[in-house]
Amino acid sequence: MTFSPQLEAKFAKLLGSYPPGRQRSAMIPMLMFAQDEIGQVTQELVEEVASRIGCTPLQVEEVLTYYSMLHKKPLGKYHVQICTNISCMLTGGTELWEHACGKLHIGHREVAPDGLFSLEEVECIGACSWAPAVQVNYDFHHQVTPEKLDQLLAGLRSANAV
Amino acid sequence: MLYNEPSPHEVKILTRRFGLPDSASIKTYLKTDGYVAFEKALKMKPEEIIAEVKVSNLRGRGGAGFPTGMKWSFVPRTSPKPKYIVVNADESEPGTCKDRVLIENDPHQLIEGMLIAALAVDAHAGYIYIRGEYRYLIDIMDKAIAEAYEHGYLGRNLLGSNFHFDAFTHTGAGAYECGEESALLESLEGKRGVPRIRPPFPAVVGAFQSPTILNNVETFCAAPAILRDGGAAFAALGIPKAGGTKMTCLSGHVNKPGVYELPLGFPVKTMIEEVGGGIRNGRKLKAFVPGGSSCPVLTAAECEGLTMDYDAMARVKSMLGSGGVVVMDEDTCIVKVALRVMRFYAHESCGWCIPCREGTTWLRKLLQRFHDGHGQRSDIVLIGDLAKNMLGRTFCPLGDAAAMPTISFVEKFREEFEAHLDGRPCPFEHAEQLVMQ
Amino acid sequence: MPDPVKLTIDGKAVEAAPGTLVIEAAKCVGINIPSFCYYEGLSLQAACRMCLVEVEKAPKLMAACTLPVAEGMVVRTETPVVAEARKYTLEFLLTNHPLDCPVCDKGGECELQDMVFRYGAGESRFVENKIHVEEKQWSPVVFYDGPRCILCFRCVRICNEGMGVGALGIVNRGAVSEIAPNHGDHLECDECGMCIDICPVGALTSGTYRYKTRPWEMEHVGAICTHCSNGCKTTLGVRNGKIIRGNNHDRSGINGEFLCIKGRYGFDFTSHPERLQSPQMRVNGKLEPVSWSIALAAVAKKFGAALASDGRIGVIGSTHTSNEENHYLQKFARGVLRTNNIDHHRSGDVVTLLDALSGTTGSLASTADLYESKAVLVAGADLSSEQPFLAFQIRGNYRHHQAHVYVVTENEVREDGIAAESVRIARGGELEGIRSLAERLKTESELAIVFGDSVKGEAVRDLVAFGSSLGIPVKYVALVDYSNSRGALDMGLVPELLPGYQPSNRPGMTIGEMLDSDSLDVLWVVGANPLKASALRAADAFVVVQEMFLTETAQRADVVLPAASAYEKTGTVTNVCGEVQRLSAGPSTMGAKPDLEIIGLIAREMGQAAAAGPWAPDKVFAEIRATVKGYDVPMPVISAGGAAHTTPVNGRIPVESRPDLIHSSRDTLFTSGTLGRYSRMLGSVMEGRRR
Repeated sequence: MTFSPQLEAKFAKLLGSYPPGRQRSAMIPMLMFAQDEIGQVTQELVEEVASRIGCTPLQVEEVLTYYSMLHKKPLGKYHVQICTNISCMLTGGTELWEHACGKLHIGHREVAPDGLFSLEEVECIGACSWAPAVQVNYDFHHQVTPEKLDQLLAGLRSANAV
Repeated sequence: MLYNEPSPHEVKILTRRFGLPDSASIKTYLKTDGYVAFEKALKMKPEEIIAEVKVSNLRGRGGAGFPTGMKWSFVPRTSPKPKYIVVNADESEPGTCKDRVLIENDPHQLIEGMLIAALAVDAHAGYIYIRGEYRYLIDIMDKAIAEAYEHGYLGRNLLGSNFHFDAFTHTGAGAYECGEESALLESLEGKRGVPRIRPPFPAVVGAFQSPTILNNVETFCAAPAILRDGGAAFAALGIPKAGGTKMTCLSGHVNKPGVYELPLGFPVKTMIEEVGGGIRNGRKLKAFVPGGSSCPVLTAAECEGLTMDYDAMARVKSMLGSGGVVVMDEDTCIVKVALRVMRFYAHESCGWCIPCREGTTWLRKLLQRFHDGHGQRSDIVLIGDLAKNMLGRTFCPLGDAAAMPTISFVEKFREEFEAHLDGRPCPFEHAEQLVMQ
Repeated sequence: MPDPVKLTIDGKAVEAAPGTLVIEAAKCVGINIPSFCYYEGLSLQAACRMCLVEVEKAPKLMAACTLPVAEGMVVRTETPVVAEARKYTLEFLLTNHPLDCPVCDKGGECELQDMVFRYGAGESRFVENKIHVEEKQWSPVVFYDGPRCILCFRCVRICNEGMGVGALGIVNRGAVSEIAPNHGDHLECDECGMCIDICPVGALTSGTYRYKTRPWEMEHVGAICTHCSNGCKTTLGVRNGKIIRGNNHDRSGINGEFLCIKGRYGFDFTSHPERLQSPQMRVNGKLEPVSWSIALAAVAKKFGAALASDGRIGVIGSTHTSNEENHYLQKFARGVLRTNNIDHHRSGDVVTLLDALSGTTGSLASTADLYESKAVLVAGADLSSEQPFLAFQIRGNYRHHQAHVYVVTENEVREDGIAAESVRIARGGELEGIRSLAERLKTESELAIVFGDSVKGEAVRDLVAFGSSLGIPVKYVALVDYSNSRGALDMGLVPELLPGYQPSNRPGMTIGEMLDSDSLDVLWVVGANPLKASALRAADAFVVVQEMFLTETAQRADVVLPAASAYEKTGTVTNVCGEVQRLSAGPSTMGAKPDLEIIGLIAREMGQAAAAGPWAPDKVFAEIRATVKGYDVPMPVISAGGAAHTTPVNGRIPVESRPDLIHSSRDTLFTSGTLGRYSRMLGSVMEGRRR
C-alpha cells in the first residue's frame, strides 16, 4: 500500500518512538493517521499495518473495532460529531443533535448521499465548559446553537463548492 | 487560546501563563521561569524530589486522588529495567475539559513536569497519551517537544548533565476506558483498552512491562511549581492533606461556565454563585456533580458549607474526581440525566467483565424505557438494585463509576422517578425522545 | 523451596506455596470456587467475577482467580454475600443469553446451567429486548453463536496460548463484544476444536456434533486416538453403537484438554459408507460378499496348503492394531506359519536409538518430560503439524516453565515462535545443525531431544554420542508415525527382531522383499496398504487382507476380512514415547471383527488354536507383560485408563537397524494414511484440501 510522503514520514517517526520490539505500540496512531488520509480503515490498511508492526490482521481487527474513532466504513468529507453527554445535554446538545439529523436527513453514523457530511452523536469530547460542543473532523466548535450549526454547515458546503 | 474569562477567585499557579502572548511557545515559557524547576531538580537527589512532592500534598488530579509523592516512591528506581513516564491526557470524564487547556496554553509546563518525574525515578523516555479527539493538541505538543529538543530540554545530556530524556506523543482513538491507567498502558502498547489485572501496579509493571510513573496532565503540570517554589508553598495553597489548586471545569446551568483554577477547599456555594455567576435564567440549583459524571450527585441542600476537596466530598459520599463540576437547575429531569449518564457508560464499558458489560446495558435499556414513560414502580427499586449489584464487583472502576451516580440519582431524587410512572410523560419536557445509538 | 504460606479457607487451615492463587489453594482442600474465565494453565482474566470471595479485612469481595495467598489470610468462599454476588452476576449474564437450552448442544453439560442451578438465579427481572446476532459458521468444524457466548475468552486463550495459532480474537466493545475468526468470515487454523471443547457454554459448537443428540443419551468411552503416534485420549460419545463425538473435556488422559482435529473429529471413518461389513472372496475374478465361515475356511485352507507345501508366506502387520494383535500376529506367523517374513511400515529409527542408549536408564522421554524438561530440542520434524500433542506439550513447557526450545529443521515451523534458537538445515543435515548449538546446549541443566525420520542409522548413534558429550542429562524421542507404530516394533513385527527387541536370528523378508518376490505363495496383510505405492510381483500369490476399507491392497485380495477399528475393540497401544494405554470398545460395526479375533478364528479354523494360544486381549496382554522386556508395567495404571511408560532399553540390540527402510509418511494435521482418506471431516476443511 502506498501512502503520502508525509504519512510515511509519520509512520517512520512512530515506529521509532517505542522501545525495540514494541512496534505494535504504533498500531493505533498508524490507523488513526492513515484513516485521516484515506477516509476509512480498509481491509488492505489492516493488513498493511499488521505487516509493518509484525502482528496479525486479526490483532489489528480486535483493536480497531474497540475504538470508536476508527471506522471501517467511509465517513463524509465533513464528519459532524455532536456531543449530547451530560454538560452538552443540559445546554441544548440533544436539540442540536435532532436539528442536525433533520437538517442533513441522516442519522447516527450515517453519510449523506453526496458524501459531504456524515453525522455522529458522540460521547463527551472535552468541551463541557463551552457546551454544547460540536467537532467537525478534528475542529472544535463551542456553544453551538442550531443557527450557528446551520451557518457552519452552510460555510462548509460553500467552501467545498468553490 | 482561552475559551472563557478568568475569575478573580482563581489562584493562578498552573494557569499562570494563560493569556500571555504566545503562551505555548518555549520563548514565553523561558521568559516566565520556565524549566527553572527542572534545573533545580537536576541538582537534587531523586529522593529529595519525591520528598518535595510529598510535602506538597499533591494528590492525583485524574480522579482517584492518590498522593502523588507516594505513587512516585513506589517505582523501583534501582530496577535494571528502563523506567517510563506516561502522561494520561485521555481526558474523557464527562464534565471535564481542563487538561485540554493546560496542554493548549502551556505545553512546556507538562514537559517540565515529566522531566521532574523522570529525574525522580531515573526514567529516560515519556509518552503523552492524548485522546484521539484532541488531535490539535498533538500538533501543539509535538511543536513544544520539538522546541524543547532545540533548546536542550529534551534529548541527551540535558543542561550539560548526563541525564537524557525523550518525549513522544501518542494518540488514542476514542475510548473512555483508556483513561483508566492500566487500560491506557494496554492501548499504548497497541491493544484493546482493557484494564490489566492489578497488582502489579504500573509503578512496578507499567509500560512495556517496566516500572512507570503514570499521572494525569494536571498532576505533572503541578510538579514545576512544587519544585520551583517548594512543596510547602504549594501545600499552603490548599488545605491540610490536599495541597495546591484544582483545575475546576464548571459546566451546565451556570451563567459563566468555564475552566477555573481554584484552591483546594474552595467553597462550593461561592464556586457556583460567584465563579460560575449563579444559575442561568435566575433558576434555582437542583443538583450538581462535583467531579465528573462518575461521582454521586449532590443536592442543593448538600452544598451548604461544602468545600471542593477530597475529604469534604468523601464525607458527603461523593468524590472530588476530575474537577468536572456539572450544575443542574430546578428544571432538569434527573431521570433523563441518569439515562444519559448510563448511556455513556454502556457505550464505554469495555466488555471485559460481566457485571459492568451487562449491568450498564441493562440499566441503559431500563432507564430509556422508564424515561419514555413505560416504567413501573418496581423498576425504581430495580435500578438501585442493579447498580448495587455492579458496585464493587467489577473488574475495574468503570463499573463503580456507572453504579455510584445511578444509586445517588435514585436515592436522592426518588420522587422524580415516581413522577415518570403510570405512563406519564417526563414532567420536565414534552414528548422528547433521546435518539438512541 | 520457600516457606509455605498459611491461610484459612472456609475454616480449613491451608498451606500453599507463595504465589499460589486462592482459587488453586482452595482446590487443594477440596473447595471448588466457581469460575468461567479461570482455566488452569491459561492466562488470568478476572473477567467473569464468579470467583469473588470474602477476604477478612478486604474492603470488598476479591477475585480468587487473581488473588495470591498471603500469610494469615482468612477467606470465605460461600457466605450469603458471596452467594448473592454470584447470583446477581448470573442474572446479569443471562440478560443477553438466549436461554435456548432446550435445543442447545451444551444442555446437560453446560457450566452456565450448572452455575445458575447452584446459585439459584432462576428468576430474571430483565424485561428489555435482548441483543441478538445470527449464528455464524466459521469452518466445517466450528460454529459460533454469539448470543450464547459469555465472553470468558477461554477459546481465544487456548487457541493463542495453547495452540500457538491465535486464530480467534475479540472484536467490538461492551455488550456487543464477540469472538471473531482470523479471516473475516471464516477460520484458517488447525481446526482442532480446542475452542469448542473449552467453551463452558454452547457458544462454540462443532459441525460433527451439533443438533445430533443430548449428552445424556450417549455412552462416554475413553479411547486412545487411532491416528498419529501421540496416544491422546479421546472420549468418544457413543449412541446406538455409533460415535457421535470425540473430546477430552474431562482432561483425563496424558493429553489433558488437548486433541487435534484427528482425535476430536477424525473418528468419522468408522461410519464411512464404504466401511467393509462382510467378508469378501474372489469369485470368478471378482470380490463377492461371503459369510465369515466361508471366508475363514478359505483362508485356513490356503494357509494350511502353503504350510504343507513349504510355500513362502509373507505377513505384513499394521501400525494401528493393538499390541495384543501385533504380538499374536507375530506369534502366529512365527509359531504356526513357521515364517519370519513379517514386517510393517517403519517410520522412525527406534531400534538404533535403543541400541545406542543401552546401558543407560531414564533416557527415553515421556510426553510429560516434554512438558517438564528445562530444555527441548526438536530436530527434523514439523512437530505442530505431524506430532501435535508433543508440540502442545513443548508449548506448555515454554509457557509455564519458560523452557528453552531449540529447533533444527529444514523449513520454518511453529516452534520457531517460542524457540531460543532456530537453525535451518537441509534435510539430512540435522546433526550438523544440532552440533552448531553445542555451546548453548551445554549451559542447559537437562535436555529432551525429539527427532524425526531424517535422523536414522549412524546419525542416531552420533546424536546420542553428542548428547553424552554435553555433560547434562539428555532424554530422547524417536518420532514414529502412527497410533501403534511403536508397539509394532516393540512386538517384533520385523523379521530381524522378536518382541522386546530380541534378535530373531532367522532370515525373513521385509515388506519390499515380499512384494518383490516372484515366489510368494501367500501374502497376509493385517491393517496395512502396501499396494498403494507398490505392486505385488507374485501374480499368483494368495492375498488375505484384514481391513476396514477396500484399499488398493484389499482390491488385490483373494479374501478380505472386515476388521474392527481401534475404537471398536479392547487392547493396548504404545505411543511415540513408549507409553502404553488401554483401548476401550465404544461403537461397533456390524460384520467387522477385531483383528485379534480374526487371527484367532483363522488359527482355530486351521486347527492350531492351541498352538496359537488364547486370543482374549487380557490374556495376550498378560503374556506380553510376562515375556516382552520393558512391558512389565503396573496393571492398576493400565486398568484405570492411565499411561504406563515402557522401558525397552535392555542392552545392545545386535541387529542391523535397516535405516534404508525407515521413512515417515509425514502426515499432517489433515492427513492420516488410509484412515484420513475415509474421514470426511479431515477432507472437508480447507486447510486439509490445500495441502
